Amino acid sequence: MSATTITTRINGREQTLRVDNAELLLDLLRDRGLTGAKPSCEMEVCGACTVQLDGLPVSACTTLAVELDGRSVETVEHLDAGGELHPVQQAFLERSALQCGFCTPGMVMTAKALLESNPQPTRDEVTHWLEGSICRCTGYEPIVDAVLTAAQKMAA
Amino acid sequence: MMLPSDFELHRPATVGEAVALRAELGEAAALYAGGTELLLAMKLGVLDYEHLIDLKRIAGLRGVTCAGGELRIGAAVTHRELETHPDVVRELPGLAALERAVANVRVRAAGTLAGNLAFAEPHADPPALLVALGARVVLVGGEGSRELALEDFLVGAYETELGEDELIEAIVVPVGAPGAVYRKFQVLERPAVGVAAVGNLVGGVFDGAPTVVVGAVDERPVRVGAEMLDGAALDDEGAFAALAEAAAEAVEPVDDLSGSEDYKRHLTGVLAKRAVQALGDV
Repeated sequence: MSATTITTRINGREQTLRVDNAELLLDLLRDRGLTGAKPSCEMEVCGACTVQLDGLPVSACTTLAVELDGRSVETVEHLDAGGELHPVQQAFLERSALQCGFCTPGMVMTAKALLESNPQPTRDEVTHWLEGSICRCTGYEPIVDAVLTAAQKMAA
Repeated sequence: MMLPSDFELHRPATVGEAVALRAELGEAAALYAGGTELLLAMKLGVLDYEHLIDLKRIAGLRGVTCAGGELRIGAAVTHRELETHPDVVRELPGLAALERAVANVRVRAAGTLAGNLAFAEPHADPPALLVALGARVVLVGGEGSRELALEDFLVGAYETELGEDELIEAIVVPVGAPGAVYRKFQVLERPAVGVAAVGNLVGGVFDGAPTVVVGAVDERPVRVGAEMLDGAALDDEGAFAALAEAAAEAVEPVDDLSGSEDYKRHLTGVLAKRAVQALGDV
């Protein structure tokens, strides 16, 4: 297999890795125990595999692992690294924005990316940003409520 | 899951290096930027390449500049960069709005406009509006560079005029159009029908016929003659009914998951009317 040596930062930890060119980011993460990002639609449609690459949300299922080279990736596992839930996670709990939880890591990472680029979004902006993140349990309303609640928490 | 087949990854630092790789590797290589279309097709085994030429590290393909009445969009510029770029938002708000509604936020963060055009997937948003605006593609290859109207670059489904040793260097879009809007209907991940309108109103009356282009229905963007609107007012129901009919007849839809032929003709008429009427709000 053709492979490439990359230097990257995964959840804050800098590392040098040898990755197969044909390897996908989702597998690189899950093989390292970072299983929050889920394989689901496998075609950039559902959002269950969303992680932040240099701050922006991407579908890890359709991103080459070598794209980590010189860049930084963050997954849901990193959010409570300080011992406390991230405000987005806390808001999801408070607003009951999850049931089965399968889509939740992707939703949380997508919401976090939004609030980092737009700290006080309108309800319409939240809805638009979350289009393309599919949830089969909640009907979306509590998720949008949670993102708006998280925005308030982060501003406080 | 890995991609089904192995490939060499090339990361040229300059356009010249990329062109040389194109010439050397020929059909065994694919140009690669965001990967939002290419990697999907490779995952499914529909496309298979021994080499990928990554264009993202070429500084000359980055950035958006606005000069001489034109916006120049580098080939490595993503949809998200376009939707948020101050020059695009100021000079071509209709294009910024279109970009803001391409696919989803993840695809917009990774995918590039040039990749979208080069892949020539018929169910795409940007081509209709860019054709209506008179956009051009700047192609560079072993023989030097050339420019083509986007309308001529797009040949058919997944088919363009891009030469075997060429790559898209930039997309050039004239600015200063009085109004440019895009309206689409979409329930799946790609648009079923999208209609672009570019035109000018003076005192509530169309000053000349607006340019109307339908995307996502046929294999390539289709122009609709809108002479009936020259001199018409925004509330001229007869003229708009004639436009809707002309638009519905201009396309040649096929039945697919986005809808039946009749349904798509109907949508095309409705969206043509809405897009042109929206020029009154610009």
